[in-house]
Amino acid sequence: MAKKEMRRPIESGCPDGVQYMHPVMLKNFGQWKYHDHPRPGVLRHVAHSGDTVWTVKAGTQRILDVFTLRKLCDIGDKYADGHVRFTIRSNIEYMVSDEVKVEPLIAALEDAGFVVGGTANSVAMISHTQGWLHCDIPGTDASGVVKAMMDELIEEFKNCNMPNRVHITTSCCQINCGGQGDIAINVQHTKPPKINHDLVANVCERPSVVARCPVAAIRPAMVNGKPSLEVDEVKCICCGACYPPCPPMQINDPEHSKLAIWVGGNHSNARSKPSFQKLVAGGVPNNPPRWPEATLIVKRILKVYKDDAKDWERINDWIDRIGWPRFFELTGLPFTKFHIDNWRGSRKSLNASTHIRF
Amino acid sequence: MSDKHSTPMLDELENGPWPSFVSGIKRLRDQHDDERINGMANDLLGQLEHSYETRKGYWKGGTVSVYGYGGGIIPRFSEVGKQFPESREFHTLRVQPPAGNHYSTDILRQLADSWEKWGSGLVTFHGQTGNIMFIGSSTENTQHFFDEINEYGFDLGGAGPCVRTSMSCVGAARCEQSCANEHKIHRTLVNNFTDDVHRPALPYKFKFKVSGCPNDCTNSIERADFAVIGTWRDDIKIDQQAFGEYVGTKGRQHVIDNIITRCPTKCMTLKDDDTLEIDNRNCVKCMHCLNVVPAALSPGDDKGITLLLGGKRTLKIGDLMGTVIVPFMKLETDEDYERLVEIAEETIDFWAENGLEHERCGEMIERIGLVNFLEGVGIDVDPNMISYPRESSYVRMDGWDQEAQKWFQRKIDERRAAVE
Repeated sequence: MAKKEMRRPIESGCPDGVQYMHPVMLKNFGQWKYHDHPRPGVLRHVAHSGDTVWTVKAGTQRILDVFTLRKLCDIGDKYADGHVRFTIRSNIEYMVSDEVKVEPLIAALEDAGFVVGGTANSVAMISHTQGWLHCDIPGTDASGVVKAMMDELIEEFKNCNMPNRVHITTSCCQINCGGQGDIAINVQHTKPPKINHDLVANVCERPSVVARCPVAAIRPAMVNGKPSLEVDEVKCICCGACYPPCPPMQINDPEHSKLAIWVGGNHSNARSKPSFQKLVAGGVPNNPPRWPEATLIVKRILKVYKDDAKDWERINDWIDRIGWPRFFELTGLPFTKFHIDNWRGSRKSLNASTHIRF
Repeated sequence: MSDKHSTPMLDELENGPWPSFVSGIKRLRDQHDDERINGMANDLLGQLEHSYETRKGYWKGGTVSVYGYGGGIIPRFSEVGKQFPESREFHTLRVQPPAGNHYSTDILRQLADSWEKWGSGLVTFHGQTGNIMFIGSSTENTQHFFDEINEYGFDLGGAGPCVRTSMSCVGAARCEQSCANEHKIHRTLVNNFTDDVHRPALPYKFKFKVSGCPNDCTNSIERADFAVIGTWRDDIKIDQQAFGEYVGTKGRQHVIDNIITRCPTKCMTLKDDDTLEIDNRNCVKCMHCLNVVPAALSPGDDKGITLLLGGKRTLKIGDLMGTVIVPFMKLETDEDYERLVEIAEETIDFWAENGLEHERCGEMIERIGLVNFLEGVGIDVDPNMISYPRESSYVRMDGWDQEAQKWFQRKIDERRAAVE
């Protein structure tokens, strides 16, 4: 039999979005004048031409089965001119050019179980990684954490009761795919990797594993007569960087891989410069299927923020104003030696002044 | 399909008001016409339940790609495939979305049809980098699915040490704050590097992200190696009548507390007649006042972009924000776009040459110093690149006079260019 001719790929790259864009958006491309916010979950954009487009935003389960995807399409065909887009936090947005279409669209989405909201000063959809469902190195799940937490925060998604928007992120390992968040719930390992010395020589390229370690705690060693690696457990910061290139360096631990909670990450340039998130709580149990301990801390931080922050203050702006001692006082979270940074550049995080609130 | 796996822990995630991904996977197991999909969904649920019980993941990587490419697929083989054979191979295809994440329902249905023909029926719009994630395909079907969607205009994104899929905000399509054609920038940049997307040969990943204004809705400073952000350099446009109406509705105290005193450079004054005065020379384009009163305040007309390089997340040396490399450039003519692409090419070439294995561009700049990088790519120093000048006197400065002369000469050249 003749060798089958393989099809060569068409290297078309990123498709042109214009072909799928809602016609009112296309017509007024670059010619928008202002927007307002008629109700939570709905934005109204007005163009210089006088054209208006209403956007209805809805949260979904993000891991979509084709039935759900088609249901979203049915709603789009029936109520929203057949065009949609997705936000970077995986919400779906429907655009309509006629105000009378807004309420039926919202009703159709809610009847189908989707959640309209996530605009302006709400708690937005949690940005979401892969976790146990698909990742090769996860310390926890992502879809489950997000589902359990959004169940508890749904009223804050559907309403706009926060001082400013709140972006929550999760990450299933310390590589931190979830990114910076006003509140971040991230895996934090607390013990060095357990090494399966029988496998290292066959599975791992040892020099590149040594090179991955941020603190030079890994060195080549002969163990039981086989080439392997050893970890200086005093130096090791338990980050898990050695695990992706060398799975026998087992970092994930059902008991000792914990969750840590960070606050104040903000990517926007509004008011202050973009900021990194800061550690506030550690030792949170990685407790499937609903992770109640993590949710409890997140809800406590949100409550204090909601009560104490001024309008338009993101969490980082709010803490800049009230100071860290008051943050720990108001939230009741313990302040420990682990909160004091000792990584490179950490001197800049120390208070070299008498600026102290009493 | 073998017997349904019992999933008592996952069943807990069917409770509560938020839409449940577990219910979705069960629909594929129980209601789909194709037995292949029923079986895949059942074993996927079984493995996931096993993860929940033991608090461990059971996927491992491997090598899977499509003919002609070296990346774009996230290979997943189950470590517990004997127990869960029908989802034993469960690869993800990373597919580049249309710029701006716009879809017609027709194209979504077409993608759904193709995906249930070859894959698990599970899909995400979008992953953290910005890809459509088609989750769950066997090694063989990966090629078939790609061949099918590639014929109607979709291509794989990046995976591994390569240029990755890009992301742009909704921008000019629907946002009054947009200062650039995000759509065009996104496609111009990433589609110039399709070879580097599909054939991983760089030190590590390289991401482009495009935001139309400094609100930076794509988080580009924080997580892109190459962040393009729309901005303007003339005056904020004030519709004094609309502003006066806002003051009338909300009251002077509200305006002072929420706008005037929140300006990071204190460049705003609320006049006695309820008009607004802005010291535009000191405006840093932070966007706060425009966000509060979009009906009265708008970006100026002299629009362009700011370019920041080197943002990334934690591994290996810690989080880095991008830093300013080009404070302002116009993006109007073909030559302007060519210059942008040229900066990207020179950056990637220099990093490919000088970056260590698994070292992001920002980490390389941290290691060699910003000045060495700038000299490498032929960009002049600029005080907008720093928060403040050097604090340490430990530096050798015997080339001072020549460097000062370069600065004065550049200023003369700029003035001449401005006159012409």
